[in-house]
Amino acid sequence: MHNFITYYLGSGLLGSLVSSLLPFVWVMTYALVAIYLELKISAHMQDRLGPMRTGKWHGWAQPLADVTKLLQKEDTIPTAADKALYILAPMLVFVGSYAAYAAIPFSPAYIGANINLGVFYIIAVSAIIVLGILMAGWASNNKWSLLGAMRTAAQLVSYEIPSSLAILAVVMVVGSFNLNDVCAAQSGWFWNWFVFGKFPFLFITFIIYFTASLAETNRAPFDIPEAESELVAGYHTEYSGMRFAVFFLAEYANMFTVAAVASVLFFGGWNSPFGTFMSGPVWGAFWLISKGMALVFVQMWLRWTLPRFRVDQLMYLSWKVLTPFALFNIFAVGLWMVLRG
Amino acid sequence: MNWYNIVFYAFAALTVISAIGVVFSRSILYAAFSLLFTFFGVAALYVLLSADFIAITQILLYVGGILVLIIFGIMLTSRANNVEVKRRAFQLVPAVLVVGVIAGTLIGVLTTTNWPTANFLPYEDTARPIGALLMTQFVLPFELASILLLVALIGAVIIARREKGKRA
Repeated sequence: MHNFITYYLGSGLLGSLVSSLLPFVWVMTYALVAIYLELKISAHMQDRLGPMRTGKWHGWAQPLADVTKLLQKEDTIPTAADKALYILAPMLVFVGSYAAYAAIPFSPAYIGANINLGVFYIIAVSAIIVLGILMAGWASNNKWSLLGAMRTAAQLVSYEIPSSLAILAVVMVVGSFNLNDVCAAQSGWFWNWFVFGKFPFLFITFIIYFTASLAETNRAPFDIPEAESELVAGYHTEYSGMRFAVFFLAEYANMFTVAAVASVLFFGGWNSPFGTFMSGPVWGAFWLISKGMALVFVQMWLRWTLPRFRVDQLMYLSWKVLTPFALFNIFAVGLWMVLRG
Repeated sequence: MNWYNIVFYAFAALTVISAIGVVFSRSILYAAFSLLFTFFGVAALYVLLSADFIAITQILLYVGGILVLIIFGIMLTSRANNVEVKRRAFQLVPAVLVVGVIAGTLIGVLTTTNWPTANFLPYEDTARPIGALLMTQFVLPFELASILLLVALIGAVIIARREKGKRA
């Protein structure tokens, strides 16, 4: 049983619909939590308190208020904009982000599509995000938007290479692209997780993957696509209200995707850290989400700690540091596998 | 009419309509973005044929690689917005000849081939057999393609690099 919904409802129309909407419920809930976390974490890192008034207790209702505000805002489309593409672009970006959730194993009993090429599929569909961003930048008919979009596309295409190569190292060790198999290969206690040196080089792989995934989500220190001081807001400068919210939601969805993929590949996914203690379908979802959220916290921590890279430094890091290390890493992992038999 | 057929016809329609959009669009950029839906539809058709590896590779290479490059090229071109795409017919006689020959061949193949009509093949692990075949039976074409790509890569780097001392 890989998907409890299609198991009980059948894999007909109803089962497929419910199964494909379940991650959406998670994305919406998670986005609210993540907005609150980002507000609070950034505040505490800058020695502020952040929102304290909305909803009395530590401003817990601030994200709800923000979402309500975004929903009510006027939807402006610039007169010079290309209307059809302008409307289509945010949808395309969100489709690209959300499509990846089909292959994330949330629990031993829930993965949207238990395909054999899960992680390969996740790499592939993120390409749609690049096109959506390019479309948004072009359709806005604004210099900042277009420059931001071009930077994003260059950055995403460059960092796809080290992150794919890092994923490939894990795939070599497991012998499968299926993320459920990757989880199953790390079962048992937490020292079986790939990050803790069941294979000696996979810690380096994790560093490479995590760095590249930061760049793929356009988060600081890799946020030159929307560098406020240079480009106003990058590709979504002209967007307001709900359309901006969709971009925002896609970015947060994407953050959790890369965090979930990293936790599956390197931190055992839905496995409990304590062997069979606290393991099972429901605990599996708990562990995957906890590990994913921990990595999302690290993303926010880094964002509010590190200054932004320059464009040339960004390209240098991808092509001259991460990619050669990732290639060498694949070679080392392969050599280790051959020598160990 | 089961769900499989409905999904198939929906994606086939998407592919054909967006392909028509690519050909008849006045703006190059619209044509390029229509191509996205064509590629996507073709990938979906591969999925319906249980060829998941090819479907995902289609999206990765054509959407993530080629299409992004095309759109980048268009956006870096100055006045890309104002370029009027030529849609007037010219060179009528050779065009009709070439189109006629190609269409005749295609229709001939279409009518003479015995199309297998299995409805919904079971999903199998395709990545492993493809990898094994590439490393055994088809290792020579695979390596030749790799060398070709490497040559192209090095050629691109040499064209793009800046000569030392000759700073433009």
